[in-house]
Amino acid sequence: MIGLTFNKYGVWAIYKFEMARALRTIVQSLITPVITTSLYFVVFGAALGSRVSGVGGTSYGAFIVPGLIMLAVLTQSLANASFGIYFPKFTGTIYELLSAPVSHFEILIAYVGAAATKSVVVGLIILLTAGFFVPIHILHPIWMLAFLFITAVTFSLFGFIIGIWANGFEQLQFIPMLIVTPLTFLGGAFYSVDMLPPGWRTFSLFNPVVYLISGYRWSFYGKADVSFILSFAMTVGFFAVFLGIVSWIFKTGYRLKN
Amino acid sequence: MTPIISVEHLTKSYATSFQALKGINLAINQGEIFALLGPNGAGKTTLINIICGIVSPGDGRVIADGHDIVRDYRAARSKIGLVPQELNTDAFETVWATVNFSRGLFGRAPNAVFIEKLLQDLSLTDKRNSKIRTLSGGMKRRVMIAKALSHEPKILFLDEPTAGVDVELRRDMWALVSNLRTQGCTIILTTHYIEEAEEMADRIGVISKGELILVDEKSALMKKLGKRQLTLHLREPLQNVPSELATWNLELRAEGNDLVYIFEDSHASDISVLLQRLSGLGIHFKDLQTDQSSLEDIFVSLVSTRT
Ligand SMILES: Nc1ncnc2c1ncn2[C@@H]1O[C@H](COP(=O)(O)OP(=O)(O)O)[C@@H](O)[C@H]1O
Ligand SMILES: [Mg+2]
Repeated sequence: MIGLTFNKYGVWAIYKFEMARALRTIVQSLITPVITTSLYFVVFGAALGSRVSGVGGTSYGAFIVPGLIMLAVLTQSLANASFGIYFPKFTGTIYELLSAPVSHFEILIAYVGAAATKSVVVGLIILLTAGFFVPIHILHPIWMLAFLFITAVTFSLFGFIIGIWANGFEQLQFIPMLIVTPLTFLGGAFYSVDMLPPGWRTFSLFNPVVYLISGYRWSFYGKADVSFILSFAMTVGFFAVFLGIVSWIFKTGYRLKN
Repeated sequence: MTPIISVEHLTKSYATSFQALKGINLAINQGEIFALLGPNGAGKTTLINIICGIVSPGDGRVIADGHDIVRDYRAARSKIGLVPQELNTDAFETVWATVNFSRGLFGRAPNAVFIEKLLQDLSLTDKRNSKIRTLSGGMKRRVMIAKALSHEPKILFLDEPTAGVDVELRRDMWALVSNLRTQGCTIILTTHYIEEAEEMADRIGVISKGELILVDEKSALMKKLGKRQLTLHLREPLQNVPSELATWNLELRAEGNDLVYIFEDSHASDISVLLQRLSGLGIHFKDLQTDQSSLEDIFVSLVSTRT
């Protein structure tokens, strides 16, 4: 019985609610990434880029575009999803979610779906903005969208986990600030891993973000630090890991109910 | 008749290993108004929150409208609406959006006509486009009631519905509750005020320290519990209760300055007779007050007579 029914109105209600939250702050939601991206181009693309020769035949400005998008998608997904599920816990409105005939899985679809939608939109806006600064061509558009989509969902899942785990706003920011942002900056958004000394290069391969950015850059320019198959496998692997953690949380009721 | 809710041997221990419920057995009849009466910390909210899915149950089980609340939670919860004790609302949503959100969350297709009517019944129509954070506490509570009723539940839980509520809302709420009852909705409310249970309920359950001490028809229970006393502060102290009044349950207190009449609720109309008799005897008073046995007194008497 339970497995057969699906509360589509419930999922839609949460999804709409989350999207409405973003729409209320539409100006910040959209202007911020545009300004940030433009700044990156002014600093890295124009100021530095003119002194840095292109990377593997791609101009430096164009080279950083996929990394910038990934950077934004990662942080936006984490922020949106973690805040989305943390906030009802904080205000106490979670009572309604817990008392509603929605399964954990449906709650997950709604929150992760909304967070991922928002970060994909932001990613595409950055892509458009970047198009004003540098000529961009996308060699494998389908793969580009696939990487974008899976990464958005994966890190929204991650954000959802953080939001459930967090007991305060500091904890909400802790993982993104202390772990994810450094990993992203060291993940080859602004350089090719090949440019690093051999020791660091090996070390980099332990950084999961390297695979995401490398694979994503491959979908643009057909060149990558690691094989795109490996990148894709890793991306899907992260998705599976986070899905596993979420399933465990749901099965044990961890931090959801007293 | 099978009960609409049946709670069987339900226990609950919180993570602190504090046992909040100690084997509750309770059957709620279809269409009744049931008041769960008990002092703060008795376990009323815990019981309600378990039935509604907010707190996970310990041992035992709960069946709501024929559905196990754990195994068949979807069917069970779609029949239940809850107005929680705390005023937890969104801030930036409009009234209209939040009530429609609730309906969707509980799996119902949109129905603008129904929601319109619901807001009207709760005097929320002119607030429909207001953001919730701009509303007063009373209005917020109305919104919470609207949310709880948005999916047309068969069973409604009201957890301390009148705590901190103004007279007007209280009146509206009772009107709504009796209206819902005529539509066949079952209502379970909690309170720690005996008057409140008395005012609305068909049956009353008394809960204390995680145990359901007794469940009875209101009228029967009030007879058991509803001892009241009238205290007359006399102008002149009396030495003894006059023999003419020997048949009345009277006693003197405060060195003869207070004359106290203890009576059952159903005999309240005797008071005017008593007052006439007193004035006939030339006994005058400066002031008077009536008291009801407090819930605490009642618990003491219940717990001590129970063994
Ligand atoms: N989350 C919790 N963790 C530990 N103890 C709790 C929790 N919630 C309630 N309690 C305890 O359980 C008891 C019953 O609480 P509650 O059900 O809220 O009582 P009531 O609603 O009758 O006032 C109280 O002693 C309270 O302190
Ligand atoms: Mg309570």
